[in-house]
Amino acid sequence: MRSPRCAYSAQFPTPQVPIPLSMTQQTPIVSMRGIHKRFGSVLANQGVDFDLQAGEIHALLGENGAGKSTLMRVLYGLYRPDAGSIAVDGRPVLIRSPRDAIALGIGMVTQHFALAAPLSVTENVILGQEGRLWLDRKSAEAQVAAAAQRFGLTVNPRAQVRALSIGQRQRVEILKALYRQARVLILDEPTAVLIPQEVEQLFETLMRLKAEGVSVVFISHKLSEVTRIADRVTVMRSGCVVGSVSAAQASPAELARMIVGQTIMSVSKPRQLSAGRPMLILDDVWADDDKGAPMLRGVSLQVNAGEIVGLAGVAGNGQTELAELIEGTRTCRRGRIMVDGTDVTRASPARMMQAGVGRIPEDRHASVVGDLTVAENMALEHLDEFGRCGLLDRARLRRHAEQLIAEYQIKARPDDRIRTLSGGNMQKVILARVLERQPRVIVISQPTRGLDIRATEYIHGKLLDQRQRGAAILLISEDLDELLKLADRIAVIYGGRIVGVMPAESATPERLGLLMAGMQHEHEAGGPDHGAQG
Amino acid sequence: MALKVERRAAPLWLQPLLPLLAVVITFVLTSALVLLAGANPLRAYYHFLIEPLSSRVSALEVLVKATPLLLTGIAVTFAFYGGFWNIGAEGQFLVGAAAATAVGLNAHAIPPWVALPLMALSGFAAGMAWALIPALMKTRLHTDEVVTTLLLNTVALLLVSALLNGPWRDPISQWPQSPEIASTAILPKLAPRTRLHLGFLIALATALVVSVLLRRTVFGLRMRAVGLQPKAARFAGIPVERMLLISALASGGIAGLAGMVEVAGIHYRLIEAISGGHGYTGILVAMLGNLSALGVVLAALFIGLIDTGSQTVSRALGVPVYLGEIIQATLLLVTLAVLLLQNYRLRWERRG
Repeated sequence: MRSPRCAYSAQFPTPQVPIPLSMTQQTPIVSMRGIHKRFGSVLANQGVDFDLQAGEIHALLGENGAGKSTLMRVLYGLYRPDAGSIAVDGRPVLIRSPRDAIALGIGMVTQHFALAAPLSVTENVILGQEGRLWLDRKSAEAQVAAAAQRFGLTVNPRAQVRALSIGQRQRVEILKALYRQARVLILDEPTAVLIPQEVEQLFETLMRLKAEGVSVVFISHKLSEVTRIADRVTVMRSGCVVGSVSAAQASPAELARMIVGQTIMSVSKPRQLSAGRPMLILDDVWADDDKGAPMLRGVSLQVNAGEIVGLAGVAGNGQTELAELIEGTRTCRRGRIMVDGTDVTRASPARMMQAGVGRIPEDRHASVVGDLTVAENMALEHLDEFGRCGLLDRARLRRHAEQLIAEYQIKARPDDRIRTLSGGNMQKVILARVLERQPRVIVISQPTRGLDIRATEYIHGKLLDQRQRGAAILLISEDLDELLKLADRIAVIYGGRIVGVMPAESATPERLGLLMAGMQHEHEAGGPDHGAQG
Repeated sequence: MALKVERRAAPLWLQPLLPLLAVVITFVLTSALVLLAGANPLRAYYHFLIEPLSSRVSALEVLVKATPLLLTGIAVTFAFYGGFWNIGAEGQFLVGAAAATAVGLNAHAIPPWVALPLMALSGFAAGMAWALIPALMKTRLHTDEVVTTLLLNTVALLLVSALLNGPWRDPISQWPQSPEIASTAILPKLAPRTRLHLGFLIALATALVVSVLLRRTVFGLRMRAVGLQPKAARFAGIPVERMLLISALASGGIAGLAGMVEVAGIHYRLIEAISGGHGYTGILVAMLGNLSALGVVLAALFIGLIDTGSQTVSRALGVPVYLGEIIQATLLLVTLAVLLLQNYRLRWERRG
């Protein structure tokens, strides 16, 4: 079946970058031709060609939903392509499952790790490859330790995976692939879960792997990383390859244009008018996680009017629980929460909204009812205003929605079920619902996770508008770039405590990274210090 | 080629047709049994569906059969709408019938316009009380209401049985049935020489009120949000526990009212077989009616028709009455399967 090719190739002629002779003479280790993959009505890959040379680090760049992961999952045998062919070492192959891929020397570390938590590092690495009936634990451990040493993958072979950090688990996944003699290593957004120092360590490992002749595919949507580590960059957009360029000769601006398809103006933070009075005060706040174990251990934090305070931290250190406290969906064990002078320590969601708190949570789908319409979801938090003697005023509901849809440029109709909306449009609905009330305090978590560059810039712009209006904003994000761009002050949470607060100007990724890893403890001069108790 | 199942909602135009599709599939599936029983399926379905409507008496009998199902169907709809999976309409029906009988047995000195509302009220209250137990267990202890409501059905049946074998045993016949209720506690007839009684209008009115409440009010939208996604509803400031409690109590109350209507409209006394599964059939009616009032009315009438038809067909063609029950049960299974599958679609895929 001959497939329709992407229109982009005409729009963006592949830059004719001279390729070093040594590479052109080799056959690519992996060559994918005309890969098609459809999910329902979505064409995730439409006729994609991809070549991976031996011993190169090849970045696969593009926005969420561009088709990068799909392409690599096809290569690893997780998806079966609808059309297209794959050759390894110039020989056509049929990859029906990860088992086939592994036999061909292809390994993949997906975004969700597949490790058995109760087993040790070594056990996880050799799982499925034990070979014989009897397990030779000693020699296996020695092998794993040697490989770890050689590639700079510091991890204790005897440690239980349960006890490892996300970064360490990633190293185990890489070791697992190498133990299976991978010559091709695919890493799907490996830096998304790492703190800056761990990213450095990962890059060090990748360089060593490259020196040993392993080819690496590095999926990412971060330009800065890609231009640093990769030899070659292939950019994808809407299921097509836009172009493939040598990393040394690609400018970030050019790459950005290839990713988005047009030039995007980035918003920038205007000067802070003047920090107003304290609007949100957390004083020695304690709370449990879902399992009833103590999670927040004495958090004290203050957000002033007209200020964005960014909260940085590795996932699972209490930021979700902290947001839920202010959203009114989690109970405070000890301490006090004040909003503009009102005590809201154990307030319900309804009372939090009355107190002037606008809440945009981490999980979009848990804050809207997917099967209700856009108009109904927009009114859901203030339904009493849409009733006449208890009867629902559908006309008003509709007018209200039409107005917000126009104002926030949402691509949806009032009667669309909200679950049919894209992530960006759904987030805009939630944003509109909250900002319409002109909240005095805004708590917003991972506001742009999974959104494309355009939607991200839009939401950043709106948040800065709110700051100019005088709202006190607590911005919780795992994206350091986002925090550095928007926040006036940045606080770092680790182990349920605030381990440092600093003005954004003096925050660097390195300094934040050390705090996020729990390796340092800093406190703002004069700030209340309750964190050291307990 | 391989058959593949994909997650995908059925197009909008297809959704109202799905229950109809279920009926057609059911008839195809059960035709073999009809043949086995020695009858011509087409003739059997004629007697099932057309013949009962051909005379005034049997057409009105369809309405009589539909009355309790309409009420239990609405009861189940109310609960499912709010996300309370009430499988206990049967038990709530039974305690409602018992409570109404208690009033009816002692209503000799009371005029009907007092006795009947009092009976309705006590039936409603008893059903509510019966639903209160699993509702509190769900909101306070997070116990699965499917299990608790189902188990309470047996308890209710034993309770009725204890009453009928004990204090209420009919002194005249010595059968395990209650004495007749007072003549002032009997629902008036709507048409002479038929069994059609005021209860049918009560059921229609209940359907109308519930429909307006759930579809047209702010309360109904809140209830819907709770039923669809409790977590998001709680986030939006809706008191989820209170809404669950309301939907459970309203559901139990309406099921209890159904019990009262059967006592005061048909049997004039409490018998062990007073329900005979009306509570369970209510689940079928609610699902078949897609949880909409109009749908529930149509579904109740349809089941009422099959109920009447199974008697006609057995008389006309000499097939067992149980055939009607088999067709009903098959219909339930097919309906559930069709409703489940409407979120998926089948697709042929070429092997790679």
